[in-house]
Amino acid sequence: MIPAIDITGLTKRYRALEALGGVDLQIRQGEFFGLLGPNGAGKTTLISILAGLVRPTSGSARVMGHDVVTEYRAARRMLGVVPQELVFDPFFSVRETLRIQSGYFGLKKNDDWIDEVMHHLNLTDKADANMRALSGGMKRRVLVAQALVHRPPVIVLDEPTAGVDVELRQGLWTFIRRLNADGHTIVLTTHYLEEAETMCNRIGMLKQGRLVALDTPANLIRRFHTVYLKVRLEGEPPAALAARASVDEAGRHCFKLDNYGDVEGMLGALRAAGCRIVEMEVAQPDLEEVFVNIMGGQAQQ
Amino acid sequence: MKHDEPGSGFGTLLYKELLRFWKVSFQTIAAPILTAMLYLLIFGHVLEEHVQVYENVSYTAFLVPGLVMMSMLQNAFANSSSSLIQSKVTGNLVFVLLPPLSYLEFYGGYVIAAMIRGLIVGLGVLLVSIGFVDLRLEHPLWVILFALGGTAILGTLGVIAGIWADKFDQLAAFQNFIVMPLTFLAGVFYSIHSLPAFWQDLSHLNPFFYMIDGFRYGFFGISDVDPRLSFAVVLLFNTALTATTLALLKRGYKLRH
Repeated sequence: MIPAIDITGLTKRYRALEALGGVDLQIRQGEFFGLLGPNGAGKTTLISILAGLVRPTSGSARVMGHDVVTEYRAARRMLGVVPQELVFDPFFSVRETLRIQSGYFGLKKNDDWIDEVMHHLNLTDKADANMRALSGGMKRRVLVAQALVHRPPVIVLDEPTAGVDVELRQGLWTFIRRLNADGHTIVLTTHYLEEAETMCNRIGMLKQGRLVALDTPANLIRRFHTVYLKVRLEGEPPAALAARASVDEAGRHCFKLDNYGDVEGMLGALRAAGCRIVEMEVAQPDLEEVFVNIMGGQAQQ
Repeated sequence: MKHDEPGSGFGTLLYKELLRFWKVSFQTIAAPILTAMLYLLIFGHVLEEHVQVYENVSYTAFLVPGLVMMSMLQNAFANSSSSLIQSKVTGNLVFVLLPPLSYLEFYGGYVIAAMIRGLIVGLGVLLVSIGFVDLRLEHPLWVILFALGGTAILGTLGVIAGIWADKFDQLAAFQNFIVMPLTFLAGVFYSIHSLPAFWQDLSHLNPFFYMIDGFRYGFFGISDVDPRLSFAVVLLFNTALTATTLALLKRGYKLRH
C-alpha cells in the first residue's frame, strides 16, 4: 500500500534561515499522526509544503503517491488542510463558503455531502448565517468543514484546538476520531501534548527543522526510564532524604528515580531512616516530560 | 458514496469573484456610475460653451466615451486588486491556494471578473449618459474591442498590484501614483492636440491614452491617432503585462513561498 505521506530529504531554506534541514518521514494510510515541536521547529513549514503553499528547496513530498510539486493537482485533491489561523471570507454564508470551496475542487453537485459535513460539525443551524456573525469556535468548525468538502483521504490539522473552548475541543476530537476510524489518515500538530498522547498512534518530534524522535507515544515514554516514587510518610523524613524529593500538591514526597530497579533501594533507604509509608504510587513520565527531555537534550548537544 | 468526476475549479473562482462585488454592488457599481455622472454634469456644464474638441461633437458628448473608459479602467483595476489584497490581509487567500487551481485558472478567474465589473460599470455610465447627451456610435466593433482590451489590461495590473502589495496603503499608492495620473493624463477631459508639443509627445508614451483615444474613435469616427495603431499598442501592452503576471504567478511570487 502506498504511504499516505512520503517525505524524502525535504529541506526548506529562507536565505540564511534553515526552516527544514532534511526530513525523511513516511506516514501510513489510516494513521493518526502527531507532529510536535516548539514554535519555529518547522511544523507549519512542513505542512505548508504538503499543501503546496510553500515550495521545498530540495527533497520531495508525496501525498498518496502524488508529488506535491510536479503532480500538485492530484496531490491537493488527496489532501484536506485545516489552517492554523482562524481565516474566513466575510462576503459569504457558511453554505456559500462550503459550496465555493467544493467548486474549487471541481465538485459542483456536492450538496448532499456538504449537508452531511455541516450536520456532523453541528453547523446546520448556521448554514445561512454570514461568516462574520459566527463565534470563533464556529468559524473553526467551518474551517474543518472546508477541509473536508472534497473528501480527502488525508487530513492535516495545524493546531486545530488552539484557543478553542473545552466543549468544542471534545466535539472536534470525537469527529476527527470518527474520520480516522472511517479510514482517513490524520496528521495534526498541537501544543497540547496530552491530546497527542491519547489521540495519536505515532508521534514525530521536530526540532530546528529536523526530526529528532519518531515512535509510538508508549515507546517514546518507555525510552525514558525515569520513574516517580510518590509516597505519603508518617512524620518528616530526615533532611538527607527530604533534599532528594519534591513535595506535590497532595503533600506527598516525590522521588525521581532513573529506573524501576532503583525503587527497591529507595524504599530500603526510607525504611532504614525509620520512615513509615502510608500511601505509595509509582508513576511513569508523560509525553510532556519526554518532549521537554528530547528538546532540552538536543539543545545541550 | 460515489461522487462526480472532478472538473476544473475555474468556473467557481470566477463565480466567487463576481459574487463578491455583486453582493456589494451599491459600492462597486452604483457609486462609480454616480461619480462619472457628477464629472459629466460639472465639466459638461462648465465647459460646454467654451470647448469644442472635434467638429460636430459637443464637449459633453466628447466627454462621455472618456468617462465611460475611465470608469471601466478604474473599476477593473479596483476589482482584482482589492479582492486580492483583502484576501491576503485577512488570510483567506489560502482557500484559493489549497485547491488544485493552476496559475492560469487563477489569473483567468481574477482578470475576467475584473473585466466584467469594468464593463458593467462602463455600460451603466453609458446608459445613464445617453439619457441626456446625444451620442453617435460610428464603429461599435472598435468600442467593444477597446473596452475588452482596456479592462483586461487594468484587471491584469490589479492582479500584479494585489499580489505585490502587502498592505492597503501600498495598494492605494499604486492606484494614486500610477493608475490615476495615467488615466487623467490620457485625454479623458481633453484632446491631446490641445496640449503643448512636449506634453503631446509625453502623452504618446502613455498606454492609457491609446485605450481612450481608440475607444472614442468607435463613437465619433474621429481620433487623435489611427485606431489600428491604438489597438496595436493596447494588444502589445496587454500581452506584455499578461506574460509578466503569468510568470509571477507561475513562480508563486509572494503567494507560494
